[in-house]
Amino acid sequence: MQTAETTQTPGSAGAGKIGAEAALDAHGVGKSHLQLQNVSKAFGDEWDRQHVISDMSLDIRPGKMTVVVGPSGCGKSTLVNLIAGYEQPDSGVILLDGNPVKGPGKDRMVVFQETALIPWQTTYQNVVFGPKLRGDLKGKALEDEAKRLLVKVGLGEFMHKYPLQLSGGMQRRAELARALINDPRVMIMDEPFRGLDAMSRGLMQEFFLRLFEENRRTNLFVTSEIDEAIFLADRLVILSNRPASVRKVIEIDLPRPRHYTMLNSPEAFAYKRDAMELLHEEAMKSFRTSSSSSTGGKQGFTSASGH
Amino acid sequence: MASVAQIDGSTPVVRRRSKLAKFMENPTIWRGLLAIVIFLAVWEVGARFDEWFGKEWTLPFIGLIPPPTAVFNAWLKIIPQAGYWDSWLQSFQRVLTGFGAAMLLGIPFGLALAVNKYFRDVFFPPFEVLRPIPPLAWVPASLIFWPTNEMSIAFVTFLGAFFTIVINVLGGARTIDVRYLRAAQSMGASQWDLFSKIILPGTLPSIFTGAAVGMGITWEVVLAAEMISGGGTQGSGGLGFFIWNSYMGGSLEQVVVGMISIGIAGFLSSSAIRWLGDRLMPWRRLF
Ligand SMILES: Nc1ncnc2c1ncn2[C@@H]1O[C@H](COP(=O)(O)OP(=O)(O)OP(=O)(O)O)[C@@H](O)[C@H]1O
Ligand SMILES: [Mg+2]
Repeated sequence: MQTAETTQTPGSAGAGKIGAEAALDAHGVGKSHLQLQNVSKAFGDEWDRQHVISDMSLDIRPGKMTVVVGPSGCGKSTLVNLIAGYEQPDSGVILLDGNPVKGPGKDRMVVFQETALIPWQTTYQNVVFGPKLRGDLKGKALEDEAKRLLVKVGLGEFMHKYPLQLSGGMQRRAELARALINDPRVMIMDEPFRGLDAMSRGLMQEFFLRLFEENRRTNLFVTSEIDEAIFLADRLVILSNRPASVRKVIEIDLPRPRHYTMLNSPEAFAYKRDAMELLHEEAMKSFRTSSSSSTGGKQGFTSASGH
Repeated sequence: MASVAQIDGSTPVVRRRSKLAKFMENPTIWRGLLAIVIFLAVWEVGARFDEWFGKEWTLPFIGLIPPPTAVFNAWLKIIPQAGYWDSWLQSFQRVLTGFGAAMLLGIPFGLALAVNKYFRDVFFPPFEVLRPIPPLAWVPASLIFWPTNEMSIAFVTFLGAFFTIVINVLGGARTIDVRYLRAAQSMGASQWDLFSKIILPGTLPSIFTGAAVGMGITWEVVLAAEMISGGGTQGSGGLGFFIWNSYMGGSLEQVVVGMISIGIAGFLSSSAIRWLGDRLMPWRRLF
């Protein structure tokens, strides 16, 4: 009850109505504008405070694929949790079409780092879970829509299997269907293809890209793979080392629809070189900061042996 | 209609036969049966050694217990007796009462500990102090506490399963993947939805683990309690008393019959739990 209220209070629905309409295209697909303004987040008690995100401002533009890359452990999942409303920022605001994000809601669907399909529900039950809870899509209409999406992601024959009976790639596709049926205004993907073997990963990227290019729903995609990032992105956001902030935004001007061979083009290669340079710099920083505190003794040893 | 019914009726019979044949072809089954046969044979020979080779050939331990054939004969004699089945019934009733009460109170209590911080703050510390006390240590206290023998047995039995079930439910509910809860929240789940659709089914496997372990403890406690309280003048019946009584009467065969009966009763109980678990958690049957 409480969560339903925070996401769809009558007041906010009314206030956001103009914004909501403006944020949909002719086919009713979500093209919302998501903005982070000076967002900071830290964990832990005062004496042991870990600043994970610091003064981050980021524009996730309507109808664009915004891909966020950053060194491992820099705070990417924390960023996702803030946008999804699972965690609250310590300072700064997150705006969805101008309205502050207060908690989780169906307008921002998350596809998680490892599969988060509910194991005791079949693929079909997982997909209809959200609409059934809310009652906004019912009976035959819901069944048809769920089946349409399942067929679309290639799981028509597997809809009555349990998640653990599916392969890794199938689980990822089932999760896409589960998110899409809620018709979110922004899709948030947190390293969705991590853990897949190279072959299925490549296939999933292409599949996902086709899905995106079909209707260009506003999308935030988090990854630590630079090739994946360039292949998918309209805008590539490179995060700094922890505490994370935006290091640089690169507009990726490769034509759409994209094909994986484009990754071999000189343009893609130039993007990759620029991005790698920045990422390497940031990764080295993390290496330095984490080792500086522990190498004190070692330095002492080398200098002592030098004499 | 009639012919259809016949055709329908005959196919399952054929199927069942081939199923049985397949079952018997399974090497796991064969190995299991072979192991049991060898075990019985060794027992028989070992127990009869002194009969065949003279008193000085009485083997330690195994030579002192009755051979399986003698046990089997004793069993055949007991099976028609109503008293024997009464023992079964009484023990089963006690186990089911204690176990049922433990499930009925333990599952909600464990869930409440898991989902409510205030409840946990208040009730978890005393729970943790009482938990390590072995159920049998409660026997004297509960004999004083409860008006009848039967109620003390029920109480001690209940305690045996209760703590195990609660600790399993609590552990299971607390380790549910937070991403399931978050995904459900994003899709608009209410607090009640989260509880009934995520936390409860997510805790089911632990509930069944707790039930299986708790069932074992319940049998242990019931039998011990029956032996303790049945040693007096008016016996309280049950398989525990059956064993004790046979021992007092000097019938070693009957003691072994009682022991095997308990083994079978325990096996039936845990099979029932496993069967129910498979039914309620089809997602865990993967192959
Ligand atoms: N709830 C929390 N409480 C305490 N610390 C946390 C919490 N969530 C995240 N952190 C810390 O924040 C840092 C960033 O974590 P996060 O998961 O956001 O990184 P990430 O970039 O997603 O890493 P990965 O590449 O491994 O997915 C980590 O050091 C982690 O320990
Ligand atoms: Mg992460």
